[in-house]
Amino acid sequence: MTVPLPEITLAVMWLGLTAYVLFGGADFGGGVWDLLAGGARTGHRARDLIEHSIGPVWEANHVWLIFVVVVMWTGIPSVFAAVASTLYIPLTLAALGIIARGSAFAFRKASTELWQRRLFGAAFAFSSVATPFFLGTVAGALASRRVPPGIARGELVTSWVNPTSLLAGALAVGTAAYLAAVYLTRDAQRAGEDGLAGYFRARALACGLVVGVLSAAGLLVLRADAPVLFAELTAGRALPLLVLSVGAGLASLVLLWRRAYLAVRVTAALAVTGLLWGWGVGQYPELLPGVTVREAAATGSVLAATLGALAVGAVLLLPSLWWLYATFQRDRTPH
Amino acid sequence: MGMVLGVLTAVAQGAATDADLVAARAQMALSLGWHIVLACFGVGMPAITLLAEWRGLRTGDVHYRLLARRWARTMGVLFAVGAVSGTILSFEMGLLWPGLMGTYGEVIGLPFAMEGIAFFIEAIFLGIYLYAWDRLSPRAHLLAGVPIVVAGVVSAFFVVAANAWMQQPTGFRLDGGRITEVAPWAAMFNPATPPQTVHMILAAFMVAGFGMASVYAVAMLRGSRGRYHRLGLLLPFTVAAIVTPVQVGVGDWAAHFVADNQPVKLAAMEAVLETRRGVPLHLGGVVVDGELRYALEIPYGLSLLAHWDPNAEITGLSEVPPADRPPINPVHWAFQIMVGLGLALLALSAWAAVSRRRRRDPTRSSWFLRATAVSGVAAVLAMEAGWVVTEVGRQPWIVYGRMRTAEAVNPAPGLVYGFALVTLVYVVLTVATVYVLRRMVRDKPVPIAPQERDVSGYEVV
Ligand code: HDD
Ligand code: HEM
Ligand code: HEM
Repeated sequence: MTVPLPEITLAVMWLGLTAYVLFGGADFGGGVWDLLAGGARTGHRARDLIEHSIGPVWEANHVWLIFVVVVMWTGIPSVFAAVASTLYIPLTLAALGIIARGSAFAFRKASTELWQRRLFGAAFAFSSVATPFFLGTVAGALASRRVPPGIARGELVTSWVNPTSLLAGALAVGTAAYLAAVYLTRDAQRAGEDGLAGYFRARALACGLVVGVLSAAGLLVLRADAPVLFAELTAGRALPLLVLSVGAGLASLVLLWRRAYLAVRVTAALAVTGLLWGWGVGQYPELLPGVTVREAAATGSVLAATLGALAVGAVLLLPSLWWLYATFQRDRTPH
Repeated sequence: MGMVLGVLTAVAQGAATDADLVAARAQMALSLGWHIVLACFGVGMPAITLLAEWRGLRTGDVHYRLLARRWARTMGVLFAVGAVSGTILSFEMGLLWPGLMGTYGEVIGLPFAMEGIAFFIEAIFLGIYLYAWDRLSPRAHLLAGVPIVVAGVVSAFFVVAANAWMQQPTGFRLDGGRITEVAPWAAMFNPATPPQTVHMILAAFMVAGFGMASVYAVAMLRGSRGRYHRLGLLLPFTVAAIVTPVQVGVGDWAAHFVADNQPVKLAAMEAVLETRRGVPLHLGGVVVDGELRYALEIPYGLSLLAHWDPNAEITGLSEVPPADRPPINPVHWAFQIMVGLGLALLALSAWAAVSRRRRRDPTRSSWFLRATAVSGVAAVLAMEAGWVVTEVGRQPWIVYGRMRTAEAVNPAPGLVYGFALVTLVYVVLTVATVYVLRRMVRDKPVPIAPQERDVSGYEVV
């Protein structure tokens, strides 16, 4: 039996994408709640909590995106070239959003005067909405088969301004906000801020409902706009994942209602994971119209070397990541 | 109809228009040239900061401990900006150069994948180092900084190895425009990797060391002559001054490598137009109408330097057709600037060494302080000039001898607007970064956990 290197590489890339959505996505969501937190006085406690939760971890969470991009150009180079060249407009906008967000966040931390904190805060918050939106439109373009193989062969505008893309963009923002609100309830509770925990609980509930409705609407859009994927999701291989996502989503609402803030972290993450893997499994083995994983994959020696290097890297990474999260999830005892 | 045909032909040859190709190259140069300054601090600054923290632990000298905290806080800002500007680069590899990545992405993928792991390690331990200052024992905290240093140096190695491959592409077989076989390790350890990576890593320590020292030199010139400022100058300066003589030697190695493997680039660096023996070294000068003017000549100098033989033959640019020649003047000038500044920084390092030998304090001389105040800018300029030599000297190839830059560029129309937008963003980013860094210099007191300045309930010094 030969080892299915292309499939393993794709799965590793999808794992990276999942981690980016679950961790990096929540950091974007924090920015969304920062935007909606109201004036400088009233919103100050929510903003502080967000800043403290994101501060130590956002750079590590952000690296997942780089991981996905690099595995993509190494593992399926022609697909990377096709996606980047056709979708260069939303990707450029997402890239600029990433610059604005990361630097404004760091600058705000380093500033003291209110007007500076407001200015950088606004840049941070607005780019936290724009960036996941544009990344979502890219996902929509792929799901609705609007990126043909070859370099810059697709439509430059309608490839990402279309029903599936717009919906995927909105869903990306909604998911990010939802995950953030769920994580923040627990962070607030642990910090002993029960008022804030309630604040984020209400928002998580509302946002969860909105995301649920958006997902349902998304299925309808897919039926018209991406019938193949729709069929797989509702009747094919991907159905179990869709069921998992819906089930975990409903369970999350119940758990939130009952203030089980730790357990809801797991179910909320599962709901989002189900959605992502449902898309992946539903679309497999076709990456671009007429191009399968096998056709697009890099040569075996490259895949083997890369997977080997990543495996060695994982041995170093996993304990380090665990130490990072453990250090900051432990109850803090300021002097 | 004529226009449609025109556009179609242009697309077949590369960018939508010539302006789009120029814009793509300018955008890449701007983003790389910007990122590399931050990357140099990302490579060099953690080591220097740890050195200060370690001295502070050993000697109990509070000045070292204060310096370490200050630098850690600055690192927090620089790393964030470095990380986002690096992310843009990985997008741009595909947005601007899909022809390169679609064909050769897999060949240079391995070093980038390993670099990704290094970034992870760096970001994780940076989070711990910056935010857990008060939660770890001093020893554990110091140790948490070590992976940052290692990961920074290693990631510089990986990314420059990828660039070295573009200079000396090896380790693959191409059949009918498709890669059929790859030896990823051979591609990564291509012949250009050793000189280029060593030269770059040393450059990063020079930029960080002289850069940090210049901040304190300016402060001392303005009258802050305390121990805190003196140490803030001397510690990073010493690191840079130790590296500088080595760097000049490594630069010579890099130059020999180019002389042997990229003779056309060497011809542009030295403005040699015709192939000859016993070629003089040209100092300064501009090439106008295919002729070098106003240059100072040192007889036999180039033949001697490049091949250790006064009569060695040097290939001239006219050996290759005009379409294969890099632009001469920028490459020639960039090379002169790098070498000139490298020698000047060597002289500055020697000054400090001699005055310490004589048991004198170099920081008492205001000329020394003035020179140190500009040394940071000089190191950055030398480093940028070096990249212009490497990258512009490689033109018109994006993969030396294999793929032309015009074949790699994204053929989609409108790259010019992307370039305008990106330039605007970088201008704003530069202004904001400089402004925030300048503000931070004035902040007092320094909190124990450098990133938690706004939190009440933390110890401050
Ligand atoms: C502080 C920075 C610095 C200093 C003082 C020097 N260099 Fe340098 N040089 C670089 C920073 C740099 C660089 C930016 O790091 C480059 C660009 C690519 C690379 O690998 O290193 C470079 C490239 C570079 C190249 C081109 C290599 C290629 O195209 O593959 C040559 C021939 C030299 N250098 C030679 C020298 C010499 C003879 C120096 C003697 C003074 C010198 N450099 C000082
Ligand atoms: C960080 C330091 C670097 C600087 C300052 C730098 C500088 C430049 C400059 C000035 C150009 C424009 C050349 C021209 O169009 O005439 C360029 C092009 C380019 N560089 Fe670099 N470079 C750096 C490192 C790298 C590395 C590490 C890579 C890849 C691994 C790379 C890949 C490219 C590519 C793909 C182009 C565009 C194609 C071209 O014009 O040849 N560069 N760079
Ligand atoms: C000589 C050239 C380069 C060197 C030495 C270098 C080095 C570094 C270092 C040390 C960092 C992390 C430290 C910091 O954030 O300040 C960094 C960040 C980054 N670099 Fe570069 N880089 C170079 C060029 C490039 C190129 C050409 C690319 C893209 C293809 C790139 C991609 C990145 C990315 C994605 C990050 C962000 C990682 C993070 O989140 O920390 N770099 N680079």
